[in-house]
Amino acid sequence: MTAYLLRRLLSLSLSLVAASLVIFLVMEVVPGDPASFMMGLNADPQAVAALRSQLGLDQPLPVRYVGWVAGLLQGDFGISYTYRVPVSELIAERVMISLPLTLYALALSTLIAFPAGILAASRRNSAADLSVMGATQLGVAIPNFWFAMILVLVFAVNLRWFSAGGFPGWDAGFWPAIKALTLPAIALALPQASILARVMRSSLIDTLDEDFMRTARAKGLSRGQALRRHALRNALIPVLTIIGLQFSFLLAGGIIIENVFYLPGLGRLAFQAITQRDLIVVRSVVILLVFAVITVTFLVDLAYAAADPRLRRRRA
Amino acid sequence: MSTQSANPTFLRMAAGHPAFVIGFALSAFFIALALVSFIWTPFDPTKLAIADKLKGPSLEHWFGTDHFGRDMFSMIMVGARVSIAVAFVAVGIGMLIGVPLGLYAAARRGSLIDEIIMRGNDLVFAFPSLLLAIMITAVFGPGAINAIIAIGIFNVPVFARLARGAALSLWTRDFVLAARVAGKTKARISAEHILPNIANLLIVQGTIQFSLAILAEAALAYVGLGAQPPLPSWGRMLADAQTLISLAPHMALFPGFAIIITVLGLNLMGDGLRDLFDPKLRRGR
Repeated sequence: MTAYLLRRLLSLSLSLVAASLVIFLVMEVVPGDPASFMMGLNADPQAVAALRSQLGLDQPLPVRYVGWVAGLLQGDFGISYTYRVPVSELIAERVMISLPLTLYALALSTLIAFPAGILAASRRNSAADLSVMGATQLGVAIPNFWFAMILVLVFAVNLRWFSAGGFPGWDAGFWPAIKALTLPAIALALPQASILARVMRSSLIDTLDEDFMRTARAKGLSRGQALRRHALRNALIPVLTIIGLQFSFLLAGGIIIENVFYLPGLGRLAFQAITQRDLIVVRSVVILLVFAVITVTFLVDLAYAAADPRLRRRRA
Repeated sequence: MSTQSANPTFLRMAAGHPAFVIGFALSAFFIALALVSFIWTPFDPTKLAIADKLKGPSLEHWFGTDHFGRDMFSMIMVGARVSIAVAFVAVGIGMLIGVPLGLYAAARRGSLIDEIIMRGNDLVFAFPSLLLAIMITAVFGPGAINAIIAIGIFNVPVFARLARGAALSLWTRDFVLAARVAGKTKARISAEHILPNIANLLIVQGTIQFSLAILAEAALAYVGLGAQPPLPSWGRMLADAQTLISLAPHMALFPGFAIIITVLGLNLMGDGLRDLFDPKLRRGR
């Protein structure tokens, strides 16, 4: 297990280095100089040059890369070109919205998908199964930002149960904040719940066909007991993979939904930074999200390896 | 797993597969709509008629008009053209680059090149795709071509991984061994023996990726980074509709339905094809 862990850690760090290089280089080829962008069209060339050197933009490429990574490792992401505040502060503020939104959506999606998937699998080819499968087909076909608009139309404009957008801040209290995140979380959760329900169903169907399930029934367990005690646990492995993937997907996928609901989250920060050429913010958010994806994948892999020794060798 | 496309039994089986038939009909309908839009639309989709703005559906304007009085049905027809073209080319690029990479990696299994290709794939997978697509289009300028590139890049690892995985198992088969004994090079074996045998898998995945690309294109257009005005696009029609949603809900409903039905059709067709190509999987999954 130790050797496996070390090997995985090495490949984790290599991925992170490669990702940071790619992000840094992509940002370098971006047309448009941040300094002249900040100073406006009629800026004095000398003032632009002074700002460039103040921002460290006149230094050679490798120096800037090393400086950036060294800063990252110490939690120093640099100063935003447009907001003129430390990027780490900006990100910390935004994560407080994006992370709860992601977890909320993930919880909703799991709460919908598990019962639906289990119902469909345990009554295969029944009317219930067909309706669940039909609903999931529809769920993956609906663009989440369109669904978000319809939710706003129904629950904010017509029924007035929720506000159409914006975020009161956690200072306004837990429930008002949660309420503001509810429609966005539902919009994000719908396609994910559909995918998850399908995975749950097919994984459970595979497990139900296993020999040990026949044994469980033969020793006198009812269908429900056998399902709960033996099938579910075994069916969960692929389901957990998908949940792991969805966490990172939701964290980044909020970018559109945050725009629909005017939520000041990470995605909206990244989107605005992209349009304002605030490259230092863009690359910090992107590296953070990539880091989250790679780490979550790593943790999911580790959890399997701990649970199933066979995987340690197979993945080598 | 042989190529069965022109086989009459295959066609008869396909005709008896409800999901495939429905999916095929829906997809074909939108492709036909896109093609017809080249020669005919009920109204000029770019013609402004402020006097007719925000009209609901009627006999004259089937899907109503938008805030500039443009005919929504005509806009959806032309929008179909943009969505389908962008998605088709993006998936095509992903296949054209990804499949050879995957085949090459499989042929040189365990080599440094294999390792580099596969780690490169992992790297692209680790990037939040939508965020990066937004970045690419924002950096290189919004427009259909850059949307294609942004979506295409993320299709490369999908096809590379699929092709490699499927090819690896074929390399152990006797008919490949026979080809090697006959002196064929790895490149020729990949092209003449491996590729035809994984074509079915690639077609199924291609259909699924096509539907995902349509969703991605709509999302990009929605945030203003897809095809640019005056060319109508489904995603931008939805963006226009957002501020007017309480006044003119039809502006949001119809483009949304167009996206949903197209994606649903492609997904059903993909599922149907998978069943038809691989009878072993056909047990109501």
